[in-house]
Amino acid sequence: MKSKLKSAYQAIGLPRLIISAFFLIVLIMAGVYNIGIPALLGDVLRRWGMYGVLVLAMVPAIQCGIGPNFGISLGIVCGLFSSLIAIELNIAALPCFASTPVLGQWCSMLFAMVLGALIAWFVGVAYGLLLNRVKGSEMTVSTYVGLSIIAFMNILWVTLPFKSGDIKWPIGGEGARNTISLENSFGELLNKTGGFYLIGSEESGGLFIPTGLLVFFFLMCLLIYLFMRSKTGKAMTAAGANPNFARASGINVDKMRILGTAVSTSLGAVGIITYAQAFGFLQMYNAPLMMGFHCVAAILIGGASISKARISHVIIGTFLFQGLLVIALPVANKVLVGTDLSDIMRMIISNGIIIYALTKAKGGTASNEE
Amino acid sequence: MKNKNNLGESLNNAMRSLWNNKVVVMFVVLCVFGIATSGKSVSHTVTEVFTRFGRNAFLVLALIIPVLAGLGLNFGIVVGAIAAQIAIFWVVSWGFTGVTGLLMCVLICTPLAILFGWLVGKLYNKTKGSEMITGMILAYFADGLYQFLFLFLIGGVIPVNNPTLIINGGVGVKNTIDLTGNIKYALDTISMLSIIQVLYIILAVITAAKLISRLVKKRELHLKSLLLRFAAATVVFALTFVPAVQTFLGQDRLLLLNAVELACLGAALFAVYLLLKGMVGEKKPFAQCYKRPVALAIVAGIVYALTYVTAIFQILIAVSLPVCTYLLIAVICFFNRWILSTKLGQDMRTVGQSRTVANSAGINVDKTRIIATCISTVLASWGQLIYLQNLGTFQTYGAHSMVGQYAIASLLVGGASVQKANNKQAILGVVLFHTLFVVAPLSASNLFGSALIGEYFRVFICYGVIALSLAMHAWKVIAKKKEEKAQSDAAPAES
Amino acid sequence: MGEAPYVLKMDGISKEYFGNRVLDNVSLSVKPGEIHALMGENGAGKSTLMNILFGMPVIHNTGGFTGTIEIDGEPVKIDSPQKAMELGIGMVHQEFMLIPGFTVTENIKVGREITQPTVASHIFGKSLEKLDTKAMAKDARKALDTIGLNIEEYVLVKGLPVGYMQFIEIAREIDKKGVRLLIFDEPTAVLTESEAARLLDTMRVIASKGIAIIFITHRLDEVIEVTDSITVLRDGQFIAKAQTKDTSAVKIAEMMIGRKVEKLFDDDKPDTRTLSDDDVILSLRNLKVDMPGEKVRDVSLNVRRGEVFGIGGLAGQGKLGIPNGIMGLCPAEGEVIFDGKPLDLKKLGEALRLGIAFVSEDRRGVGLLLDDSIEQNIVFSAMQVNGKFLKNYGIAKLYDGKAGRAHANEMIRELDIRCTGPTQAAGSLSGGNQQKVCIARALTLSPKLLIVSEPTRGIDIGAKKLVIELLAKLNREQGMTVIMVSSELTELRSLCDRIAIVSEGVVHRIMRPDDSDAAFGLAMSGAKMEGGAEQ
Repeated sequence: MKSKLKSAYQAIGLPRLIISAFFLIVLIMAGVYNIGIPALLGDVLRRWGMYGVLVLAMVPAIQCGIGPNFGISLGIVCGLFSSLIAIELNIAALPCFASTPVLGQWCSMLFAMVLGALIAWFVGVAYGLLLNRVKGSEMTVSTYVGLSIIAFMNILWVTLPFKSGDIKWPIGGEGARNTISLENSFGELLNKTGGFYLIGSEESGGLFIPTGLLVFFFLMCLLIYLFMRSKTGKAMTAAGANPNFARASGINVDKMRILGTAVSTSLGAVGIITYAQAFGFLQMYNAPLMMGFHCVAAILIGGASISKARISHVIIGTFLFQGLLVIALPVANKVLVGTDLSDIMRMIISNGIIIYALTKAKGGTASNEE
Repeated sequence: MKNKNNLGESLNNAMRSLWNNKVVVMFVVLCVFGIATSGKSVSHTVTEVFTRFGRNAFLVLALIIPVLAGLGLNFGIVVGAIAAQIAIFWVVSWGFTGVTGLLMCVLICTPLAILFGWLVGKLYNKTKGSEMITGMILAYFADGLYQFLFLFLIGGVIPVNNPTLIINGGVGVKNTIDLTGNIKYALDTISMLSIIQVLYIILAVITAAKLISRLVKKRELHLKSLLLRFAAATVVFALTFVPAVQTFLGQDRLLLLNAVELACLGAALFAVYLLLKGMVGEKKPFAQCYKRPVALAIVAGIVYALTYVTAIFQILIAVSLPVCTYLLIAVICFFNRWILSTKLGQDMRTVGQSRTVANSAGINVDKTRIIATCISTVLASWGQLIYLQNLGTFQTYGAHSMVGQYAIASLLVGGASVQKANNKQAILGVVLFHTLFVVAPLSASNLFGSALIGEYFRVFICYGVIALSLAMHAWKVIAKKKEEKAQSDAAPAES
Repeated sequence: MGEAPYVLKMDGISKEYFGNRVLDNVSLSVKPGEIHALMGENGAGKSTLMNILFGMPVIHNTGGFTGTIEIDGEPVKIDSPQKAMELGIGMVHQEFMLIPGFTVTENIKVGREITQPTVASHIFGKSLEKLDTKAMAKDARKALDTIGLNIEEYVLVKGLPVGYMQFIEIAREIDKKGVRLLIFDEPTAVLTESEAARLLDTMRVIASKGIAIIFITHRLDEVIEVTDSITVLRDGQFIAKAQTKDTSAVKIAEMMIGRKVEKLFDDDKPDTRTLSDDDVILSLRNLKVDMPGEKVRDVSLNVRRGEVFGIGGLAGQGKLGIPNGIMGLCPAEGEVIFDGKPLDLKKLGEALRLGIAFVSEDRRGVGLLLDDSIEQNIVFSAMQVNGKFLKNYGIAKLYDGKAGRAHANEMIRELDIRCTGPTQAAGSLSGGNQQKVCIARALTLSPKLLIVSEPTRGIDIGAKKLVIELLAKLNREQGMTVIMVSSELTELRSLCDRIAIVSEGVVHRIMRPDDSDAAFGLAMSGAKMEGGAEQ
C-alpha cells in the first residue's frame, strides 16, 4: 500500500500536487466568499481553450529535442501579422459575404490562421536551422530570440503603413494600436459557435460553455496526437529522445529538429489567433513578451519535463494553471482588497515551476559529472 | 618585396583583429552614425553618456567575476539589485539621509545580498551547465517575490506607517519613491577633500594595525618602509591645507577638462618615474628603457594639446564628473584585477576553465562557484545603490527589471563573451551601449519623424546583442568540441 | 628501508559492482624506484584496481572494497583522491587533465599555488592570499628540467603539440611534494613513436630518483623494454607476478589471454553450412573510418555468405569503427560492396535499406530508447526503414498498434525476453534482456547481414550464454550471416569461423578460432614479431 502511494506520488510529482491542492483551496475559498462559481468556471473553460493551442505548441518542440520553446513569440508575431493582414483586407466584410456575415468571419479567421501558419512555417525552418547550430543551449538562445523578435516587430508595428481604421489610432499616434478590436473580423467567433449557458444566463453570470473553442482546441490536440503517431512523428520523437538511436535507424536528426520547430512555430501562430479571437482583441507590442514563459510553465505544470511532453500534459497543465489564476484573482481581491495579485502569482508560479524543472533536468545530472 | 609582404601581413592582421572585434566595430559605427544624425550637439551627448556611465558602470563590472568562474553571464544580478532596493526602502522609511543613509543602505543590503547570492549560487550548482537560463528565469521569479513583498507584505503584514511611501489604502508601496532630500546624490556629492581625509585615516589605521600585528607575532618590523609610506601620505595630506588646493578639492565634481589635465600630469610623472626606475633602480642604460616612458609622455602631451582644440574644449568644460562615484568604479576595476591575483581568483579561473580538473586538483568547485556568485550579487547591490542615488527617483516596481538585461548587453557590446570578460570590455561596452541608448530615439525622430522607433530600436539592440552573442557562444562551443576531437584523433595518426 | 621493501602493497583486494565480481583477491606490490607493469585485457580489472588505489568516489559509492593497502609498510585507508595525493600517489591520466587556457606553470601548480599573505588575507582568510608567481615559475621550471622538457614555463598549453601535454602532466605529478608512486595509464597511446621513446626515458629518470611507477599499457614491446617487474590480471583474477627479465612477450601474452574453462556455446549439432570463398556477402576495400577513439585506418576484408565472422582487438584499436563506419554513423571512406552492390557510406541509413542490421555496442546510448516501451523499441527501425507496422488511413499513414503489439509479443516469446509485457520501459530491463530487445529490433528488419557489436558487454554470464546461443541459432538454423565485433576473445573463439584481429586501425591478422593462445595474445598487442603459431 505504502509503495503504491509512493509510486502514485512520484507519478504525479510534487509541483502538480501543490498546484492541484492550491487549486482546490482557492475553489473552496471562492465558495466560502460566495463568489459566483458558475461564472468563474465558465471563465476557466474559456481560458483553457484560449491558451490551449499555444501550450500545445510546446509538444512538438520538446519532443523533437529543442526543449521548451521559449521562442514561441516567433510564431505569435506571425499570427499577429497575418491577423492584421486579414483585418486590413477586411475579408469579413467582402461584398460576397454580405448575405452571410458569419461565413465572412470564418473566412477571415481561417485566412489568418492559414497565412499565419504558413509564414510561421518558414520562420520556424530558419529558427530550426539556428537552433541546430546551438545544440545544448537552445533554451538560452531561444529565450533571447523570442525577446528580440518582439522588440523587432515593435518597430514594424510602428512603421507598417496600415490603412484600416481598426488598426490605426483614431487620432494621431504612429503605427498600429496597442489593442486592436476584432469586433469587425472574427472576435469571439469560436467561443460563440455552439456556445450556450449551462447554468444561468449572461445577466446572472452563468456558466458559459464555449463549445466551438473547446472543440477546436481538442481537434488541434487530436491532430498533433495523430501526427505524433505517424512515421514522421515517431521519427521526430526518437530524434529528440535519443539522437544517436535515431541516427542508427537512419533518421536525419537535424531535419527532424527543424520539422519539430516549424510545427511548433506554426502552432504558435494558430494559437495566438485562437487566443485573440477568444479575447476579442489583438494585443500588440510588448503584450506577448512573456507569453512564451507562461506556455512553458503550463506544460510543465501538466507533468512534462524539459525533454518529454505529451498531449495530456497540455490539457491538464493549461487547465490547472489558467484555472488557478482565474479563480485566485477574485479570491485574492476579497482577501486583500484593492490589489491585483494575479500577475504576481502568475510570475511566481510560472517561473518557479520552470526553475524546478531546470533543477530536475539534464543540467541537474551534470553536477555528477565529476 | 619583403616590405610589401610585411604590409600585406599587417593589413591581414588588422583585418583579422577587426573581424574578431566585429561586435565592437559594428557598435562604434552605429554610435557614430547615431551621433551624426541625432541633431543634438556632441557635447550634449557626451554629457549624457558620462552621467549614464557613472550610473551604470558599476553594475556591468559586477558581471565579470561570474564569467571568469565559468558561470556565464549572471542574469541573476537582478537579485542583488532587489537587495539594494529593499535596503533603500527601509532606510528611507526610517528617515536617514545623506551619507549616513547611504552607509545604512550598504550595511543592510550587503548581508542581504550575501544571503541571496548564496541561495542563487546553490541553485546554480544544482543546474550546472544551464546557469544562464536559470538566471534569466530566476530574475523573473525573484521579481515576482519582490512584488509580492512590496505590494502585499509591506503594509499588509509588516506594518509601515508612512503616507509618503505607502499607497493610500495602507497596503503596498507606492509606484515611485522620491529620493530627493534623502539619498539622492549622497555618493556623488562627497567632496574630494573628504575622500582624501578618509583615505588618510584608513592608511593610518592600516599602518598601526600592521605594526601591532608584526610586534605581536614578533616578525621583522620593516619600520623604515612603513614610516616612509606614511610620511609620504602625510605630506600629501598636508598639501590639502594649502588654501588654493583646499578650495579645488572642496568640490564634489571635477570638470572633465581638469580630469584630463590631471591625467596628463599623472602620466607625465609616471613616465619620469619609469625612466628613473629603469636607469637608477635597475641600472639599465638609457637606450634600453626609454621607449615606454617617452611614448607615454608623448601621448600625454598630445592629449593635453588636444584640449586646446575649441570643439574638444567645449565638450571638456561641459562635463563634470562626480568624483567619488568614478573613484569607486576605478576601485572596483582594481578589485576585479586584484582578486585574480589571489588564490581564490586562480581557483575561480580553474573552475571556470574545467570543473573536472579543478575537482581533481582538490579545489572545492561548488564552494568556489557560490563565492563567485556572492561577490557578483553584492557588487550588483552596491551598483544598484549607486544607480538609484544618482537617478534620484526610485521606481519601486521597475527599477530592477531591466538591470540584468542592460548590464549584460553593455558587457557584450564591449566585446566580451560568455567565457571571457575584462574591465576594458565592460567600460568600452558601457560607453558604446549608452551612447546608442541616448542617441537612438533622437536620431530616429530626426530620420523617421518618430522617437518611438528609436525607443523600440534600442530595446531590440539590447535583446538582439544578447541573443546574438549567446548563439555565437553556443556555436563556438560546438565547433571547439569538434576541433578538439579531431585534434586528439589526429595526434596518434602522425606516427 | 629494510623494514618496508615495498612502497605499495595491495593485498587480497576484491570488489563487486552490483553483484558482479570484477576483482577477486588480487594483490599488487611495488618497490621504490621500480617500474612495474600492470597487464591485462580490457575488463581484466586494471582500472578498477587503480580506482581503488586512487580512492575514486565511484568505488565508495558502490559499496567499497575488501582487502588491505599498505604504503611504506603502513596500512592506510584511501577514501578520496585528495587522500591518495597526500600519501604521495600521483596519476598521469590517459585523457589530459590540463587547462588549455592556462600557462604551463599554472597547470603544473593547479590547486597547489604558492601564496603570500596580504592585508585582506589576514581578515578574510587564506584564500585571499596573493599568488607568488615567481616562486611558482621556479618550481615549474625545476619539474620541467627534471624530466628534461625544454619548453618555456610561461607559454600557454593551448598552443603546444599534443605530445607535450603528457609530459606536462608528469611534471605536475613530480612537482607534488613527497610523491613516491606514479601511475601511468596508457601514456603512450596518444604519442608518436619518438615521443613514446622519450616518455620511456623519462620514466627511467623518474624511477632512478626512487619514485615507483605503475605502468599500464598493452604494448608488450614497451613492457619488455622498460619495466622491472610485471603483474598480470585476467577476469579480475590475479594470474602472476614476475620479473620482466625472467619472462618474454610470448609468455606474457599467454598469461593475459589464457584459455577460459567454461564454454559459452555447445556446438553439438552437425554443421550443415556450405561456405565458399567465392560467395562473398560483404567486401570492404580500404575502409577508413573517423570514429573518435576507435579510428579505422585501412581495412580490407571479405565476409562469406552464411559464416560468423569475428572482429577482435583491444579497446581503442579501431574494431568498433568498422561497423559504425559501414552503418554511416561515423564519417567513413573507402569501398564497401554488399551483396554485389556498392554501398554509399555518406548516406545515413543506406546500409539499413540494403539489408544490414546493426546492434550497437553502446546499448544504452545508441541501442535503446530507454524511456519507451519494449514494443516501440522493437518495431521502430523496421517502421522507419521498411515502412512496416503502418496503416494507411487515406490521408496519412499511422502507426498500426495492433500489428506492432502482436510482433512485439512474438519477439518477446521467441527471444525469451523477461519482462512484464510489451509496454514495460526498455530502460528498466536487465542488461541481457535489453540486449535481446536490441537484437529483436535488428531481426525485425529481416536483414541479410547482422552485425553485432560487443553483444555481451556488461551482462552477466548466464545472459551471455543465451545471447551467444541465440546468435548461433540464427546463423545455423536461418543461415543468417553474422559479423560479431567483440573484445572478448572467448566468445569470438567459441562461435566464429574466422576472427580478424584489429590493431592500430588495420587488420593485423585473420585467425582461426583454434589458433594458440599465445598467437592471439601477440596479435592483440600488435606485436611486430611474428609468433610461431603462424603456420
